[in-house]
Amino acid sequence: MASMRNIKRRKVSIQSTQQITKAMKLVSTVKLQRAKTRAEHSKAYFNCMYETVTSLLAKTGHIKHPYLTPNGSMKKAVILITSNRGLAGGYNSNIVKLITKGEMKKDDVAFYAIGKKGRDALLRNGYEMKADYSEVIEEPAYVDAMAICNEVLEAYAKGEIGEIYLAYTAFKNTVSHIPTLMKLLPVEAGEQENQQKEKKAEALMNFETDEEEALNMIIPKYVTSLIYGGMVEAVASENGARMQAMDSATSNAEDMISKLSLQYNRARQGTITQELTEIIAGAEAIS
Amino acid sequence: MAEGKNFELRIITPDRIFYEGEASMVEFNTTEGEIGVLKGHIPMTVIVKPGVLTIYGEETKEAALHAGFVEILQDKVTIMAEIIEWPNEIDLTRAEEAKERARHRISEKSSETDILRAETALQRAIARIEVLK
Repeated sequence: MASMRNIKRRKVSIQSTQQITKAMKLVSTVKLQRAKTRAEHSKAYFNCMYETVTSLLAKTGHIKHPYLTPNGSMKKAVILITSNRGLAGGYNSNIVKLITKGEMKKDDVAFYAIGKKGRDALLRNGYEMKADYSEVIEEPAYVDAMAICNEVLEAYAKGEIGEIYLAYTAFKNTVSHIPTLMKLLPVEAGEQENQQKEKKAEALMNFETDEEEALNMIIPKYVTSLIYGGMVEAVASENGARMQAMDSATSNAEDMISKLSLQYNRARQGTITQELTEIIAGAEAIS
Repeated sequence: MAEGKNFELRIITPDRIFYEGEASMVEFNTTEGEIGVLKGHIPMTVIVKPGVLTIYGEETKEAALHAGFVEILQDKVTIMAEIIEWPNEIDLTRAEEAKERARHRISEKSSETDILRAETALQRAIARIEVLK
């Protein structure tokens, strides 16, 4: 049996770890609340945006436009949204796995990193990085999404990349977060038409400018809003995941402490009994 | 129509619902010029240019609308605004400085300046100052 002092030292160390995890849990709970309200607030915008783009595509679905038809480049760009800090359970590794274990070939992928953890993991795996926007995820703002969108679209227009994907963790509710890989460009009209068939019937839309120009203006906004939405949701997911991870860490620490307390008390009792026997034996030997 | 000439107006930004309520008319600037929308307009989507947004209803409200697009339906108008501000959120001195800067950039006409960007910046600044007046 381990000595009393060893057990005690171990117990103290776990207790201080537990204090840290407890504090982190509280912090991420508060942050989660804030991120959640933010995600909910911005949801209205994206739903509307999605509907508009869908109705736009339903009308212009067969038009030839660079944003709608593949430009021939094999290169795929992935905008990867992860967190800057770890200790969030499987949050970062799940999203990285989605890419490394996915169907995409390593040589075909160039990624735009938002979040240090994902960036480091993909660089370690030998992926090509185009740009790094890791600071953005601390406080996602719409202008940041605009800047990222502009750069990606520029590369797309130049033909450096042929497809644009967004990899982020969708926030379903506090306990369930789903790593998602979403295709941003070229927009696949057919797919979206099917999803929204009922909605389409509503009203026939007119466009003041001609449709091609409308597409030119609206698609970048659509992509920006998706990137922003991805960031906002990812922040909520990150804090949700961290809260869960820290919660289970705290309760695991609790379990370990109670087990160690038991061991410690047994060891203490054992030592006392042993000392007593020794004293009695000594006393008997003298008399 | 029984319920009068009001239609539903929603102004949504990525961060919040900016405005939600009834209005009898709404005016704003688009790529095709300034337009005013009443109830019963034909369904239309237009692209916003920086300008003043005026909401006529029980009280008249103004805001600076900088970017986005507008979806107009018969009895509902949805403004998807990327950037929009109430007058009390605008800093007049900053707007005036920005106006000067943009004007300066346009008049210089050196090859590096992005004229389009400078023009948009100028329009934005003018819209901001306009709203405060």
